[in-house]
Amino acid sequence: MPDDKIRVLIAKPGLDGHDRGAKVVARALRDAGMEVIYTGIRQTPEMIAEAALQEDVDVVGLSILSGAHMELFPRVISALREREIAPDEVLLFAGGIIPDADIPQLKEIGFRAIFGPGTSTEDVISFVREWAGARPDGKA
Amino acid sequence: MAADVDALVERLLTGNRRALSRTLTQIEADTPAGRQALSLLHPRSGRAHTVGLTGSAGSGKSTLVGALARELRRRGRTLGIVAIDPTSPFSHGALLGDRIRMQELTSDRDVFLRSMATRGNLGGLAPMTAGVVTALDAFGKDVVLVETVGAGQDEVEVAAMADTTVVVLTPGSGDDVQAMKAGIMEIADVLVVNKSDLPNADLLARQLASIVDAAHSERRTPIIRTASALNEGIEELVEALDEHRAYISTPQVQEAHRRSQARHQVLALARQRLLDRVVAAHREDGRLDELVADVAARRLDPHTAAEALIRE
Ligand SMILES: Nc1nc2c(ncn2[C@@H]2O[C@H](COP(=O)(O)OP(=O)(O)OP(=O)(O)O)[C@@H](O)[C@H]2O)c(=O)[nH]1
Ligand SMILES: [Mg+2]
Repeated sequence: MPDDKIRVLIAKPGLDGHDRGAKVVARALRDAGMEVIYTGIRQTPEMIAEAALQEDVDVVGLSILSGAHMELFPRVISALREREIAPDEVLLFAGGIIPDADIPQLKEIGFRAIFGPGTSTEDVISFVREWAGARPDGKA
Repeated sequence: MAADVDALVERLLTGNRRALSRTLTQIEADTPAGRQALSLLHPRSGRAHTVGLTGSAGSGKSTLVGALARELRRRGRTLGIVAIDPTSPFSHGALLGDRIRMQELTSDRDVFLRSMATRGNLGGLAPMTAGVVTALDAFGKDVVLVETVGAGQDEVEVAAMADTTVVVLTPGSGDDVQAMKAGIMEIADVLVVNKSDLPNADLLARQLASIVDAAHSERRTPIIRTASALNEGIEELVEALDEHRAYISTPQVQEAHRRSQARHQVLALARQRLLDRVVAAHREDGRLDELVADVAARRLDPHTAAEALIRE
């Protein structure tokens, strides 16, 4: 079989227990033909990076509502780096409640898109597909 | 590429987990790199105890694997876990949620958990999984657990390829004893009555015991009662797995067991390759569609069509 499968990790860092949004995105990406690994709630940065490592994913999507993103997201990046995964090797995006003012800094550390609460799943799908199509190994 | 694969495998063998993970991706996709990696890894494998768990959807397999993994870790054994879930035949996507049931294990560096989707490859699931298991084995894991839904022949075959095959049943699901009669019984080295906190667990255990007794096999298949969500019966299960491992390691059994595993694997791969070759060739030239149309229109019978497909 072809190795054209896009593998996506959807994870919820932090302590808030609402994962409806994360699940909606996970299902939408699945319905778009991707393999989606869903980790459940209350993930530490280490757990997220471990999952990315063990599952060899192409994409990592984080969902957060608690407001702790400026604390947790950089820790996810460093946990990935500790495992030899550079932020440009995976497509990192985030969704949830993230103030506009924080976006430039998150982009700076490696997040390629931040989706607000009103985003349609179509936008997330086409964002992931576009990136996957542009990869050097041509997996799409 | 060859040199890249050599380097990748080299890193895998020195314990680099990222290299292991990347190798698994190649093996899973059955790429030339994946095949080359396997040719290097196969001679280095054969040390791990591989355990396949299968059972109907929702029987508690993932919860059981989680509980089992905790107990095995408590005993100091390192683990590979392969959790296989179905690919949707409609979207070709998959939602893989096994990590949810194995939370505490996911930050333990001596546990490597890989989720896989069935990807609808023509009979290729079992040999592909065998390759993934080989890599985890060569990496140095003491035990490799493989979970599949016992839905189709393919999935059952995956579990049957392991050293020890565990069939998980639950009380009150009715179809389970039917499944036993339909032959899933033959592949079970250990039978588990999971969710034994539910009513009728005794009844199921008794029904299974009478089937096991009727089989009169050389080694009596043990029936272990567990409640994976309550962490009950897990030590007994580990002991049953160890007992089976000891059994297949006896000089009288070992050679035959290893050969039968190897035979399965070689034949499954050969079957898949032959089929792939034939189908790929005739899909391109349109011959497959022609033959299919002839059979559908009753101009040709399926035997003759299949024969033509192979011959041409
Ligand atoms: N009563 C009871 N419920 C259990 C037990 N073990 C698991 N369950 C529940 O059974 C459901 C399915 O558990 P899973 O571990 O996901 O089952 P599975 O066989 O892996 O499911 P699939 O992979 O989807 O086929 C969950 O709601 C569990 O909480 C048990 O020992 N007793
Ligand atoms: Mg499961």
